Order: sequence, then structure tokens, then C-alpha cells
Amino acid sequence: MKSIPDALIEDTVVELLRFAVTRLPADVERALERIYGEETEAASKMQMKAILENLELAKKTGTPLCQDTGIHVFFVRLGPKSGDLEAIIRKAVERGTKEIPLRPNAVHPLTRKNPGNNLGIHMPYIYFEPGTEDYLEITVMPKGAGSENMSQMAMLTPSSGEKGVKEFALSTLLRAGGNPCPPVLIGMGIGGSADICMGLAKKALLRPLGSHNPDPAVASLEKTLFEALNGIGIGPMGLGGKNTLLGFHIEHAFCHTASHPVAINIQCWAARRATARIHPDGKVEYLTHKKEGE
Amino acid sequence: MTERHLDLPASESDVRGLRAGDIVYLTGTLYTARDEAHMRALEWIKEGKAIPVDFGRGALYHCGPIMKKEGEGWKIVAAGPTTSSRMNGLEAEFIEKTGARLVIGKGGMNKAVGEAMRKFGAAYLAFTGGAAVLAAQRVRKVAGVHWLDLGMPEAVWVLEAEDFGPLTVGMDAEGKSLFEEVAKRIDKNAAEAKKRLGI
Repeated sequence: MKSIPDALIEDTVVELLRFAVTRLPADVERALERIYGEETEAASKMQMKAILENLELAKKTGTPLCQDTGIHVFFVRLGPKSGDLEAIIRKAVERGTKEIPLRPNAVHPLTRKNPGNNLGIHMPYIYFEPGTEDYLEITVMPKGAGSENMSQMAMLTPSSGEKGVKEFALSTLLRAGGNPCPPVLIGMGIGGSADICMGLAKKALLRPLGSHNPDPAVASLEKTLFEALNGIGIGPMGLGGKNTLLGFHIEHAFCHTASHPVAINIQCWAARRATARIHPDGKVEYLTHKKEGE
Repeated sequence: MTERHLDLPASESDVRGLRAGDIVYLTGTLYTARDEAHMRALEWIKEGKAIPVDFGRGALYHCGPIMKKEGEGWKIVAAGPTTSSRMNGLEAEFIEKTGARLVIGKGGMNKAVGEAMRKFGAAYLAFTGGAAVLAAQRVRKVAGVHWLDLGMPEAVWVLEAEDFGPLTVGMDAEGKSLFEEVAKRIDKNAAEAKKRLGI
């Protein structure tokens, strides 16, 4: 099988980073516009207006819409033979940091030293998933700290059941308040083990707004939680308002009969993600963004 | 709710005249400082060492901007606010020791900071989180940078701003906090949400 050239992958990853930080996917932009229309109080209306104006400015100027361009989490679905993907992605992150530019956010967890290039041990972090398709699929999620810092996980007891999950959702949202830049997207993981559960919560953030978990029991819980919590009153930027959520997504995994893990990963209103498929013939398809002229 | 345009440095009476809910635009010098710069400033002051800027001469901005080196100077790319609550444990002392009167950030701060604001005549101004290009457009010039060894986000950047805003007075010098008022409404709504969820 023909392999995809390293340089094409590297250039595509830089482009993905640029798309992700300068323009939001259409589903997110539509949700923010809808919320602007629904808000009636002066304070929340002003916050949503600033958010929309800022999106336009970022698009027009090609600059990052938020100064917190995050740390970089990649999801790679392996397809055809390709080179050392970790090395290529690291090179692209270093290039993107200079060229776009991105803020150098990655520091050593104890010394807090900042190398200035967004690279360090296990950073960027890459989730590899084996695939059988004849293309390579790469997704980047630049994750800011404001929302990430409000994430929580709990190892509940099986007897606490669905009620325990609901209580956990409410307390996590209340504790977060205006800190994670609402309206937020909640990613929830239920089941698995501690590590799998938080990973699922993060993965739930990649789903387009308006999508549902294919399992009807889980989809029904998504709907119940969204409807009960969206009107909690935290509102845009925590200054009060009708809408606090962009969405409530749940991903689940089977778990040990003695476990009941639940995790929440929060995503700010700047729900940034960008995905591309690279084909062996050199064709690159962007799934979340349109290239100029397309 | 009134709209005000303030020139920096703001006097104590200017700041004491602000009311929670007012909309403010600032013209003058903004100094960025996040976790690391707060810690270093307090450490230096404790050791009797002079810190490089006078936070009382402008506004303290919880912000870690994206900057681009251009020749000898810097160009501002994006500069929205960071989460202020991370500095909750440092800000009361910071206000007391540095004389900062205006604190710009997002998400609000705790009661201890509110108490320091009441005592020393300071206020908290909220800017829309993530609105980084909007913020950068109101900065005329990057006048300098200190403590760059802390890294780009944690350094103290000196920004010359013009009509920086709209900022919402989130906490005023009388001890009133919009965030606390919202919290009261949220408490009521949470009881309703619990009923709906059957918990």
C-alpha cells in the first residue's frame, strides 16, 4: 500500500490547528447565534454580542479567537501506512505555535518551566485508534484551561444509580459557575474504569451539537440533564441568563459490576475542534471547516 | 446602570463611584498578571525588593496574551481575560500591597477579595471570556514586558489601551457583587432542577 508523505500530514496538521483556533465549526456558531437571540437581559445579551463580534473579527483577521489556544489533544484514526505520526504531529505543533501563532501553554507540571513551543513529555497528547479505512483521520482539540480546570470525576457506588449521576452533574455545574466561560458544552463519561471514564467525557466533546448517544437509555439521560440544567441561571459568562449550556453529551462504556464511574469534562463556548481525512492519493478532506473558495 | 469612560490611573473616588452593573471603558495602562506574577510580586514585596511596575498607576488585567515579536517590539495578537478565581487566595494581599484599584478578569472573585476591595477602594471589572481579538483591538501599543522568564502567558505585559471594554462592574467598592446576586438566583433554580431530576 502507498504511504502518505510525512510533509502532507505535517502541513495538514498545521492547517487543522489554524482552522481550530481561528474559526468555530458551523454547529457551534449556529448554537451561539441562537442563544444570542434567546437572551433577553442586558448583561447576558452583551456577553453574547461580544462573543459573536469576536468570532467575526477572528475570522476576518485570521487570528486566534481566544488567547488561550489550549494544550493540544489529538485523536488519530489510523488508516494507510504512514510515517512516525507522533514525531510529525509534534513538528506541526511547534510550527503552528510560531506560524499561527499559538500561545505557548505547555509547562513542566512541577518546575512550571515553559519551553515556549507547546512541546513536552506526553504533550501534545495523541489518542490513537486503529481503523480499517483507506484514509488517515486526524482531529485536533485545542483545550483551554478555564473549562478544563472545572472538570470532575467520581467513583460512585452502583447503588447510587442514575440518581448519583444526576447529583454529580448538578454539583459539578454549580461548582464551575461562571469560571469555564459559559455557555458550555458538558462532556460526560459513564462507566469503564477511572481513566476510560474521563477519556470518554473528553471524547463526548467532539460530537457535533445536536447529536445524540445511539443508546436510547443514554440519549434519554442526555436530554433530561440538558433540559433540567440549561435554565439553572448561570448564564453567559456567569452573569446570569437563560442559557448556560451548548449541549450535554454522554459517552458510555461497560464497567465492572462493582463500579459506577462518572466523569465530566467541560468545554467553554469556544468549542474548538477540527478534523481532516488524508487519502493516499494526496487528497485532503476537511470535515469541520471549509477551505477558502470551497 | 450607567456607562462610564475612565482615564487611568483612576482615583479612589472614581473607583468608589462605580456601581455593580455599570459599564466601563478604560483608557490608559493595563498591566497583565496571572498566578506566577502575583506570587513573584508578593514574594519580592515581602523581601523588600522593588517590583518593576506600579499596579496602582493603571489597571491589573488577569490575562495571558498571545504576542508576536516584531523587530525590537511586540505586537499583540489576542488578549482576552483569564479565570480570576485562580487568584482568589492572592488578590486581597496584592490589592493591599500594590495599590491596584481596578482588577479586570472573568468569572468573578471570592468574598475575601470583595472585602479587600471595600476596604482599599477597588473594583472588579468583567470582560467577556474568550473575546480575545475584540480585546486586542482596544490595545494601541505594547509598551513593554517584565518577567518574561515566567513564559509568555505568565509575564507582566504593559499595554496601552484605548476605550478598553465594554467591561461590566462585577464587584464594587461597596461590597456589592453581581456574581453573588446571580448565585442567589441559581440557588433557587437549583432547587427546581433537583425536583425535575428527582434527586
